[in-house]
Amino acid sequence: MLRLYDTEIRSRLLLGTSRYPSPALLTQAIQAARCEVVTVSLRRESSGERAGQGFWSIIRSLPVRVLPNTAGCHSVKEAVTTAHMAREVFNTSWIKLEVIGEDDTLQPDVFGLVEAARILIGEGFQVFPYMTEDLVVAERLLAAGCRVLMPWGAPIGSGRGLNNLFGLAALRAHFPDVPLVIDAGIGVPSHAAQALEMGFDAVLINTAVAEARHPAQMAGAFAQAVEAGWTARQAGPMTPRDMATPSTPVIGQAFLR
Amino acid sequence: MRILVNGDWRETAGSDLASVLRELGYADAVVATALNGEFVAVAARARAHLTEGDRVEVLAPMQGG
Repeated sequence: MLRLYDTEIRSRLLLGTSRYPSPALLTQAIQAARCEVVTVSLRRESSGERAGQGFWSIIRSLPVRVLPNTAGCHSVKEAVTTAHMAREVFNTSWIKLEVIGEDDTLQPDVFGLVEAARILIGEGFQVFPYMTEDLVVAERLLAAGCRVLMPWGAPIGSGRGLNNLFGLAALRAHFPDVPLVIDAGIGVPSHAAQALEMGFDAVLINTAVAEARHPAQMAGAFAQAVEAGWTARQAGPMTPRDMATPSTPVIGQAFLR
Repeated sequence: MRILVNGDWRETAGSDLASVLRELGYADAVVATALNGEFVAVAARARAHLTEGDRVEVLAPMQGG
């Protein structure tokens, strides 16, 4: 079981709900992923279309817990206000805190992130900060009261996998007891398996499933990869070597020359 | 009175946030509101008085990553 603040979940695959071709395909993907946590956001609601009401009734009909985000916020004030609004609408103190610092990479503004995290934790929020793999930022977020960290694998929506393996491995090694969820940049199930094999506790996937030709099939593939990666981590992967070592015993080999 | 609602100018008769939301068709909707950039909780909407040119944001659950 994975403990996220005071909640225990079985599935180590968290799913985003954005960019699916249709609500039906989103529902199928959530079911195929067998996930327990999905991310959601807040956007302007038109009183005519009421698109948000339809989306919310779909999510509420599914056996999932929601993790609202502050996507698109570029300042501490925007992120904190969005968190307040999300807490009321979604009736949860969970918040995936995003403070964006740069538009091309959607790289987090880690200074604003730490400041916003401190404010929100003081107000009783359980903050899931979207961060770079920086060790010092991780320290500051933990000091602010974060009990889960969400380092990026690669820029949001890029599908490039784990860009900085050394940095991510260092983060895992430095904070062995903190739940670490790879958020963003994962493109294919092998990236997710790799994250779990490295000891990360979970992955959050959106675009890789939503933009697959068959989202539900891809969601199922991710569920299997996450399960395989987690099981492999428990099994204890071998240490890589630079040179070959024969796997078949040398002793007892016939002399046939 | 003219106020900005989700970026569009709207003519409203109500003078507080709760009545303006009803007037604009959000009465039964699951939404969160902000007035001039500050969050206004459901319970505080009736006390939130509006003046000409105020900016109101009405947000609802939406797809997110």
